[in-house]
Amino acid sequence: MRTTSGKTIRVDIRRSMLGRARGLGAAHEGARTWWAQRVTALALVPLTLWFIATMIGLEGTDRAGVRAWLHAPVSLVLLLCLILATFWHMALGLCEVIEDYVHQGALRLTLLLGVRAACVLLGLLCTVAALRLGL
Amino acid sequence: MQDVRDALMLARSSEGKLVQRPLSPHLQVYKWPVSMALSIGHRISGVGLAIGTLLMTWWLVAAALSDGAFAAVQGVLSSVIGVLALMAWTAALIFHLFSGIRHLMWDIGLGFDDRSYRTSGWTVVVAVVAATLIVWAVGLAVW
Repeated sequence: MRTTSGKTIRVDIRRSMLGRARGLGAAHEGARTWWAQRVTALALVPLTLWFIATMIGLEGTDRAGVRAWLHAPVSLVLLLCLILATFWHMALGLCEVIEDYVHQGALRLTLLLGVRAACVLLGLLCTVAALRLGL
Repeated sequence: MQDVRDALMLARSSEGKLVQRPLSPHLQVYKWPVSMALSIGHRISGVGLAIGTLLMTWWLVAAALSDGAFAAVQGVLSSVIGVLALMAWTAALIFHLFSGIRHLMWDIGLGFDDRSYRTSGWTVVVAVVAATLIVWAVGLAVW
C-alpha cells in the first residue's frame, strides 16, 4: 500500500485464510451465535412441553395458585431456565431475521440494538416477577 | 431501466416478445414444496412467538404486582379474543417446536436426502396439527 507521501506500508494479516473465512457470515461474526441458538433450542424442547402442560394446569387460577405453583423450587428453577433460554433464543432469532432482510446501515443497527434491549428488559421483568412470586 | 446491468437481463419470450429475464431466486416461479413452506413458516412463527412473549411477561408481572392487575390479565385471556390469541400462540409454539426439532436433526447430519426431506416435512405438518388439536382439546376440557 502506498500513501500520499510516497511511503510504502506493509500490512500483515496475521490470520489464515480459513481463519478469516470462518468469521464471516451474514452477521460478520463467528460460529458462537450458531451454537448458542442450537443449545438454547435444545433446552427449549423439554422446557416448552413442560410449559404448555403447566399452563393448562393453571387455567383459571388466581394469584395464590400461581404463587403456590412457583413456590415449589423445581417449578421456579424450570421457569427461570425457560425465561433465560426463551429470551436468549428470541434475541438470536430476531437478530438473524433483521440481518437477513434489513440492509440499510442506521436502521439495521437500531433494530439490532433495539431487539437486544427489548429481550434483556423483558427477560429481566419475567425473572424478577418469577422470583418475587416464588421466593 | 434504472441500472445499466439491466441491459444484460433482456431476452425474448417464446412468442418472440422482448422481456426482462427474472433474477434468481424468483419465488413466484417455484412450485412450493413442503420444505419451502416450513422454512418460511419457521421464521414467521418465530417472530409471532416473540410477540407472544409480551403476553407471558404481562401475565407474570401482573401476578407479581397485585390481585387487580392479575384479574385483568386473566379476564383478557379468558375472553373470546384472548382464547383465540392463546390458540394461535400454542399453534405457533408447537409448529416452531416441531419444525425446530427437524432443524436440529439436520444439524447433527440426519435426513439430508430428497426423500427424507419430504418425509420429515410432512411428518412435521401432521404432528403439528395433531398435537395442536390435542392441546386445544385438553385445554378447553380442563377449563
